[in-house]
Amino acid sequence: MIETIIDVSGVWFSFNGQPILKDVDLKVPRGDFLVVIGPNGGGKTTLLKLMLGLLEPTRGTVRVFGQPPQKAAHRIGYVPQNVHINKTFPVSVLDVVLMGRLRSGRGWSSHSLQDRSAAQAVMEQLGVWAHRNRRIGELSGGELHRVFIARALVSAPEVLFLDEAMASIDAQSRSEFYEALTELNRTVTIVAVSHDMMILSSHVKSVACVNRDLHYHDSGEITQEMLDAAYRCPVDLVAHGVPHRVLCRHEDR
Amino acid sequence: MWEALQLEFMRNALAAGILVSVVCGVIGTLVVVNRIVFLAGGIAHAAYGGIGLALFMGWPYVAGTTGFSLLAAGVMAAVTLKAKHRADAMVGVIWAVGMAAGIILLDLTPGYHVDLMSYLFGSILAVPLADLWQMGAIGAIVIFVVAWYYNDFLAMSYDDEFARLRNIPVTFLYCLLLGMIALTVVMIIRVVGLILVIALLTIPPFIAEKFTGSLRGMMLLSSALSCAFTLTGLWLSYLWNLTAGATIILVAAAGFCAAVLWGRLRSMRSPDQITGTGNSQ
Repeated sequence: MIETIIDVSGVWFSFNGQPILKDVDLKVPRGDFLVVIGPNGGGKTTLLKLMLGLLEPTRGTVRVFGQPPQKAAHRIGYVPQNVHINKTFPVSVLDVVLMGRLRSGRGWSSHSLQDRSAAQAVMEQLGVWAHRNRRIGELSGGELHRVFIARALVSAPEVLFLDEAMASIDAQSRSEFYEALTELNRTVTIVAVSHDMMILSSHVKSVACVNRDLHYHDSGEITQEMLDAAYRCPVDLVAHGVPHRVLCRHEDR
Repeated sequence: MWEALQLEFMRNALAAGILVSVVCGVIGTLVVVNRIVFLAGGIAHAAYGGIGLALFMGWPYVAGTTGFSLLAAGVMAAVTLKAKHRADAMVGVIWAVGMAAGIILLDLTPGYHVDLMSYLFGSILAVPLADLWQMGAIGAIVIFVVAWYYNDFLAMSYDDEFARLRNIPVTFLYCLLLGMIALTVVMIIRVVGLILVIALLTIPPFIAEKFTGSLRGMMLLSSALSCAFTLTGLWLSYLWNLTAGATIILVAAAGFCAAVLWGRLRSMRSPDQITGTGNSQ
């Protein structure tokens, strides 16, 4: 049996009394490439932040590698939605990537040789090593995005979270990026949040739709009944993978 | 200039100026990049309440003011962490109340009335040797703490969400930073005065940010600039017999204008390089 590495069970989350997520259950097995889709404001990013431990659920539990997410922090990589924060900040590209190697409570913090060679390896892989001494604000959106992916990967995480990863990538680089993610997925579990339906390429292994509540689609379980059900409500997308997948907007059960 | 250095008070003034400059360069950099200038102003003005309290109770200046400033910083840390969206208004309240309490306490203090001006513009020419040692100790603590947590402060200042994810104790570091601001403020008030605390914490880092590629470089350059402003100001004030604190600030203001003009000229020459400086190390 494949190990479940992320276990969200019975999670409710409200903000200022407004329910954002209702009774969400989600199990992510090791090696999965899960895409979380849903309308804006439907709770995708909230779900991601709950899995990262940046938010605490109002009710229910979130476990990553069987532990509270904060305890598993060193096994998690995260690429945030907004890569354009703090663009005037005086920090070099290399120093931003090295932040991914920080550990808590180390003090007298200088980065070890190991940290630096890990940073070099991942930056070369992503083609941003040449920019290492540039100031972060000088990079273009696409370059910044790759730097943030490098920051997430430099700690060799077992699971990688991507929030709206497509937002700052131009259309041409996308297929290249999918290829890179697929390659990465051989060793790393990937959870990507996106309102961009294009991410549902054939490389994606499962899909979760979040709009207050959550529906999980394992690609292996798509049946004629599901397709029939899907066509009865407004169709959100047809993904051309193998097999073809049709997902519907889920009205309240 | 050499004859001025024969005078003990002038030597003390120089030492105080250099100490203040180094600490302001380090803490001011963190204040500017974390965008908490208003908060630092709040702590500085609340510290005035501490001055009033110390005089009213007959406590020594440093003990009273340090205690009160740390208290104000603690309250502000709690408020800004708990109720982020109303934090600026709360800081404004503490700012005003601290200041007012200080003045009322001074009014109520029997006997002679302290010259308020000396706490508004400071009295760098009257820093006793004992205070220099205290300032040196505070400065050493601040620099040690920042050096110890340098990478953590860097991560927190650049992207606090990611820092939290790496299990960096962001809340602790934030409280630590506010505490160090309080200590620094107490130290600077004596030298350049209350009004000008903000100037020394913001002007040199603001200039330095444009010309450095790292947080460390920004701290070093801010300290150097701050030293230059303080020493030039002191020298001019001696030459023309002006109030030292106010002269220092006008020199810093002149430096600020020069840096802004220089930045404008440079970006006019190379319009595609407005954000970066290329001076990465």
